[in-house]
Amino acid sequence: MTDIKKVDEVSGTTTTGHEWDGIYELDTPMPRWWLWTMYGTIIWGVIYMVLYPAVPLLDDNTKGTLGYSSRAEVAQSIADAAKAQSGLRSKLEAASLQEIKADPQMLSFAKAGGKAAFKVNCVQCHGSGAEGAKGNPNLNDDDWLWGGSLEDIHETIKHGIRFEQDDDTRISDMPAFGRDEMLTEEQVDDVAAFVLSLSDTSAQKTETGAKLYADNCSSCHGDKGQGNRELGAPALNDQIWLYGGDKASVVQSIHSSRAGVMPAWAHRLDKLTIKQLAIYVHALGGGE
Amino acid sequence: MFSHKILERNSSLLLVVSLLVVSVGGIVEIAPLFYLENTIEKVKGVRPYSPLELMGYNIYKREGCNLCHSQMIRPFRDEVERYGHYSLAAESMYDHPFMWGSKRTGPDLARVGGRYSDEWHREHLIKPTNLVPESIMPGYPFLMKPLKVHDIAAHLKANKLVGVPYTDEQIKNAKTDLYAQADPESDGAEDVAARYPKAQVRAFDGDPETLTEMDAVIAYLQVLGTMVDFSTYDAKANLR
Repeated sequence: MTDIKKVDEVSGTTTTGHEWDGIYELDTPMPRWWLWTMYGTIIWGVIYMVLYPAVPLLDDNTKGTLGYSSRAEVAQSIADAAKAQSGLRSKLEAASLQEIKADPQMLSFAKAGGKAAFKVNCVQCHGSGAEGAKGNPNLNDDDWLWGGSLEDIHETIKHGIRFEQDDDTRISDMPAFGRDEMLTEEQVDDVAAFVLSLSDTSAQKTETGAKLYADNCSSCHGDKGQGNRELGAPALNDQIWLYGGDKASVVQSIHSSRAGVMPAWAHRLDKLTIKQLAIYVHALGGGE
Repeated sequence: MFSHKILERNSSLLLVVSLLVVSVGGIVEIAPLFYLENTIEKVKGVRPYSPLELMGYNIYKREGCNLCHSQMIRPFRDEVERYGHYSLAAESMYDHPFMWGSKRTGPDLARVGGRYSDEWHREHLIKPTNLVPESIMPGYPFLMKPLKVHDIAAHLKANKLVGVPYTDEQIKNAKTDLYAQADPESDGAEDVAARYPKAQVRAFDGDPETLTEMDAVIAYLQVLGTMVDFSTYDAKANLR
């Protein structure tokens, strides 16, 4: 191998000086535009390091002359968004639920905000059309466990149902009549048959079932199965079943109790959003 | 004179020098994270996982939940409004490895704790479409099998080895705590809450009799994002 640089006759470019069996390697220079772009990025990098947080030091890092902070930017963008709605927001914050409902402008703003918040926070359990699922009530109808007035709905959203981390949560516990051996299997079966007969007159029922119902169930669910919202005891005389209206499901409910849980939202959503949600849910169709 | 010619014609030297050049990136970008004070925020409330939560974390990892669910709420308005406060480094400082994830086929889970009821989680994990008809998440009905418990103390010890501050008392009582957290009626239930502040003690899978993988997963999901006490969190001091 020799090391003699020379100019290639065909291309006019200098060779690297390497030669293998008469083959030379051209030392073609990099394109100018490429080289200048590279120098440009180096300069850009230096400027960036001065302007933005970049260099780690001994116990901290350089902050940059622009004072940029991604976390400060979030706070700012949230504040900006709130400011853009500030007129209506403060109006809603000051108004009572009934006042909001009475004022068309506030009502439509609350419903729009409530709809957005519902899609994010509620649809996973209550369904994208608020139609509910097994164990998660339908919110479109007028069958309410704990009350369907604006205030009741607001309270439920705020503190949840049987949500132990919230001290003001709605609480009631139906006994597990079968599991805790308060009733025998046959008795549970009899009560279940009677419960079904409350909404379906053609259903079979027994005298013992009626008596057992009166002794064990009527104090909460009412003598005719009309329910009691003070206790969150569902009405049993309608065809709306949270956990299924077939015999087996009702037997299961009496045997082991159900005690569904709804999380409290007071610590997760701001007051205004909870108000908007209450208005929205109330306006879905079943509000009282 | 040091020139390219010397480097190019001496492969060992080339190897050594390129190693030096490549390691600059690591030294500048990674090493400072280990000594800089401000890498992990000072927060109150973050504690090591209880044994049951730790087993849930292990199952979460085993099933690859992190491939579809991130645990990283980024500092943007849309994310904060949807999921809650952006994630802090302190919240995953006891995760080995962390479950930040990089892809969201499903929603972010960094603050899923307390968002749903235990029953919802159970039904949803068994068959997601029962509750969310449009869901594409697969079901995990096999989580209803009994949890393997024999090596729980070893899991705590291994975590301690990599820096999670488990106490000897916590390691010694790992197995009792594991059972007690899923059985509120048990004798050890109060001790769990004492050893792991604010630990939720419930029959997570609805059945206090058997300890299942479902218990562990739900206990883990219910604690996600709930540890930091944001009432004492100083946002201004932790701007990044």
